[in-house]
Amino acid sequence: MSSSTMSRPATTRPASNPRRKRDNANGWAFATPFLVFFLVFLVWPIAYGLYMSMTGKSLTGANDDVIGFANYAEAFADADMWHSLGNTLYFTVISTVPLVLVALAMAALVNIGLPAQWLWRLSYFAPYLLASTVVSLFFTWMYNPQLGLINDALTKIGLPRVAWLNNPDVAMWAIVIATVWWTVGFNFLLYLAAMQNIPHQHYEAASLDGAGAWRQFFSITLPQLSPTTVMIIILQILASLKIFDQVYQMTAGGPGGSTRPVVEYIFETGFTGYRLGYSAAISYIFFGLIVVVSIAQFVLTRRRSA
Amino acid sequence: MATQTTSRTLPPTSPARLENPRPPRRTMTTGKIVALVVAALIAVLWLIPFAWATVTAFKSETDAAAPKVSWVPPSGFTFDAFAKVFQDGNIPLWTWNSFYTSAAITLITLVISALVAYALSRIDFKGKRLLMGVIIASIIIPPPVLIIPLFYQMVALHLIDTSWAIILPQVIHPAMVFVLKKFFDQIPRELEEAAVMDGASRMRIFTQIVLPLSRPILAAVAIFVFISAWNNFLWPFIATNDNSLLTLPVGLQTIKSAYGIQYAQNMASALLAALPLIVVFLFFQRQIVKGFATTGLAGT
Repeated sequence: MSSSTMSRPATTRPASNPRRKRDNANGWAFATPFLVFFLVFLVWPIAYGLYMSMTGKSLTGANDDVIGFANYAEAFADADMWHSLGNTLYFTVISTVPLVLVALAMAALVNIGLPAQWLWRLSYFAPYLLASTVVSLFFTWMYNPQLGLINDALTKIGLPRVAWLNNPDVAMWAIVIATVWWTVGFNFLLYLAAMQNIPHQHYEAASLDGAGAWRQFFSITLPQLSPTTVMIIILQILASLKIFDQVYQMTAGGPGGSTRPVVEYIFETGFTGYRLGYSAAISYIFFGLIVVVSIAQFVLTRRRSA
Repeated sequence: MATQTTSRTLPPTSPARLENPRPPRRTMTTGKIVALVVAALIAVLWLIPFAWATVTAFKSETDAAAPKVSWVPPSGFTFDAFAKVFQDGNIPLWTWNSFYTSAAITLITLVISALVAYALSRIDFKGKRLLMGVIIASIIIPPPVLIIPLFYQMVALHLIDTSWAIILPQVIHPAMVFVLKKFFDQIPRELEEAAVMDGASRMRIFTQIVLPLSRPILAAVAIFVFISAWNNFLWPFIATNDNSLLTLPVGLQTIKSAYGIQYAQNMASALLAALPLIVVFLFFQRQIVKGFATTGLAGT
């Protein structure tokens, strides 16, 4: 067998039996460690969760009977579930917009060629390295109605105090502000890396044609960034749909359930309400939502680039 | 022009740009000065939470809870809050827990992902396409969906309230398998052929030729996995209630209720929890930024 056959993909290579056998054995041997974890800690729980969602399983172990789709029927009639699903979608919409636009603005500013690049990267990205609990402690303290820094600043410029985390009309926005501060640095990095990969010849040619900085941003930078923008929006929507940590830590879903996202409802139904089966059913409704959103994004982006 | 989606691959004549992209130097124009001012304002805004937490942590509890907001406390700065937090001993313990669980998760993830990625990239075996399809499809699974069955599974395996319960379910990163496979695909096969002719085994080729060439991507994946594990909250929060096993993010959640309105101690704990990664970032900023730029679009 010549060495050149090594470098051909399987489809064009005539198979020789002992080689093929060895490849089969080797391939699965290399895959096995991952597969074991994959099957035990991903495939099995996904399958078992589906089964649980059809039972009355509870943490008290009272009722393990299979009850078919009763949990799903109950969930679809459960106003609390719809409310939490609505909160998750609301958060996703009002957080994705600033998380993309602020990141783009930050990257555009830094990419103009400002001195001390490391300083900007550090200050914009550093919050992303914090655990959610640290962010929640910081912001709960700053949002404190009487002693907080933000209300102090508001009163100094003659504005009324705001009950940031205790007013149902404001609480979700307070969480969005904390979230933007926390995670926008990630999108900023992705944008900055993409901007720095745009060939400079484009800008040089535009400069010769007399295009100013704004013009160049809108006619070169933005179009060149559009694949990155699409990816960032997709990743951001999927990330925002999973919102739980900062809400649970800052408002525990309150006031009056006004910020409770669906993941928190899953958590509470299962671990505070002890209804594991019902909780698994809501998990699957949430999973269905993620799948639908992902497929929609896939179809939309494919049509776009086709 | 508006729909242009050409690949942003650089011409081969300018490889330097990949390393350190720098626009041609021009003089400071008015536009640039405006940009500098705006960028600085955002930076200040972004640093305020850190600054305010730091100032609070160095206050006495009385000053921290004073109704009048002060950047310089009337009774001076003090280490009291930090001393109290250290006396409790929880933060150092939780930091250690976070460190070794995250390190174990990173190590296991790297080993199992690199192995399967190599097989997917280089070995033609039966069922490869199916395996690849299943791994890619699994990227879509949101971790919160798994918490209920995983908890049940951990109880059945008697792993609840052990570090294994925290570690084991966090080592599957299908997106990282994909990132590694893409990198291995780019390594010229010629490099391996000589070794094949010499009769080297697959494992030898993998460990002695492919892995050494893959250090940058391995580092990028390691950074991504380590930071995700270090900061993960939901699963470790469910997996253990034992105070001596808590990771930093979960432990902090418990002190919030323990310290209540002890604002200085709250902030001191939060800062101590934030410190390790911030320090690491200060030293390895380049690598971390590059790592996130590489893994970022595939990850999360």
